[in-house]
Amino acid sequence: MDALATYQAVKERFGAKVLEINEKALDPFMVVDPSAIVEICRFLRDHPETAMNCLTNEIGVDYKDRIEVVYELYSYPKRYGVTLKVKLPRDNPVVETVETVWKSANWMEREIFDLIGVTFQGHSDLRRILMPEDWPGHPQRKDFVEPMEYHGISTVRDSPIIRMEADRK
Amino acid sequence: MSIRTEEMTLNMGPQHPSTHGVLRFVIKADGEVMREAIPDVGYLHRSIEKIAEKVGYHGFMPYTDRVDYVSAMFTNQGWAMACERLGGIVVPRRGEYCRVIAAEFNRIASHLLSVGTMGMDIGAMTPFTHAIREREMINDLIEELCGARLTFNYMRIGGVGWDLPPGWREKALAYLDHFDPIWEEYNALISYNKIYVERLANVGVISTQDAIDYNLVGPNLRGSGFKWDIRKDIPYSVYPEFDFDVPVGTGEFGTLGDAMDRYMVRIREMRESSKILRQALNRIPDGPVLAKVPRNFKPKAGECQVRVESSRGDMGWYAVSDGSAYPWRVHVRTGSFAAMGMINKLSRGLMIADLVTLIASLDVIAPEIDR
Repeated sequence: MDALATYQAVKERFGAKVLEINEKALDPFMVVDPSAIVEICRFLRDHPETAMNCLTNEIGVDYKDRIEVVYELYSYPKRYGVTLKVKLPRDNPVVETVETVWKSANWMEREIFDLIGVTFQGHSDLRRILMPEDWPGHPQRKDFVEPMEYHGISTVRDSPIIRMEADRK
Repeated sequence: MSIRTEEMTLNMGPQHPSTHGVLRFVIKADGEVMREAIPDVGYLHRSIEKIAEKVGYHGFMPYTDRVDYVSAMFTNQGWAMACERLGGIVVPRRGEYCRVIAAEFNRIASHLLSVGTMGMDIGAMTPFTHAIREREMINDLIEELCGARLTFNYMRIGGVGWDLPPGWREKALAYLDHFDPIWEEYNALISYNKIYVERLANVGVISTQDAIDYNLVGPNLRGSGFKWDIRKDIPYSVYPEFDFDVPVGTGEFGTLGDAMDRYMVRIREMRESSKILRQALNRIPDGPVLAKVPRNFKPKAGECQVRVESSRGDMGWYAVSDGSAYPWRVHVRTGSFAAMGMINKLSRGLMIADLVTLIASLDVIAPEIDR
């Protein structure tokens, strides 16, 4: 089976839960309903023809009008990969965790939660991972504005040229 | 008389010599045995992915060096390949050969640092100096090639920045003639040392199933006995033209998937890189090294995934273009990030001293986790 055949098989099995199949993209992908993501992932992992036993990548992307979570799956036994996407509303992005399907999702979902602000329901340890615990906002959002200081430490510095010229005066 | 014991919370890092950068662990221990070690990462987070959105496609190349400064050629190559895929650019054959040569030298240098610090972390100082001596010579070669010793910025979208300098090919071949016997010497010095083997064997055992489930990649995955190498299995660049083996862990010193297996995979991979280098240096074709790419590079809207076998394993680049001169989103999935996600599980029931062995055997590099 290849990626496109897999998308068709999933569409036959899940019907309206598959919202879109994009065959023209560089890496063809399938957009699914957020409520069915765990079900579809488990189906792809357990079906002997697909056997997607590895979640290689999980990425959050902010598109200004929506937030997408991209799942890159790979099947070591069948030697091919598929890409799933869910589209979430920007003001309250919530989706169920796939940590119950692949353990590697744990840290990748923490990263998306931290940097994009997607809440993963049922995640065992949903804490910030890269930014400090008390950091305001989510830095990878397009409308994120960096605060001028953090606990009294300035986040901006004069350009070295301006500083050099000031010293000279 | 019974002795009362209680759980103790220990802090390790962020400035600890064995953490290979800035990493922190909160260790819950009962005496010398850990209940768990909770990794705390993010000390080196510079949001390199966000910087990409501000500096454009060409301008991001020097920043990719900082994703993994020990093997910067692979991060260069990953980003270049992602841009080429978005823009539909074909790299000239000589350019591809230059990339492979630079990258494989970098792989040897990175593995040398890994196996050298492995010895140092568990208390053997001498092997480190031997490994670093060899690495210096590779750094000298690479410096001649691109002017830098650590953050190379050698590759460009569409090829490489400079051709091989005159006489460089002969120097590189002479180095390989020097390196192969040194490899044997290094093994005699440390790899089969009884104390060393005792410290590494049966520590941090990872089953093949767990390695795949936690998305371990590269030498960590192969150390668990699973033969998988992006260069062979999802070929890119000119790798299909070379003849080389993929070493896997065999459990020859203890259990399959222990720290010793991961160490031996790295040792043997240096041999394979040397093989690839000989073939590439002898067969390098003539021609240009850089394709014509417009300075104002604007790939059409779309997104792509690219996978590169870096010295820390499968490095996944994801780039989204909106048709402008600046990428909309860039994401790097690195081997160290996945490996750190598994530390908590592996640390349970391990001795505190073995945590150092475990981290060193997974070969994590802090900037690669945090980006």
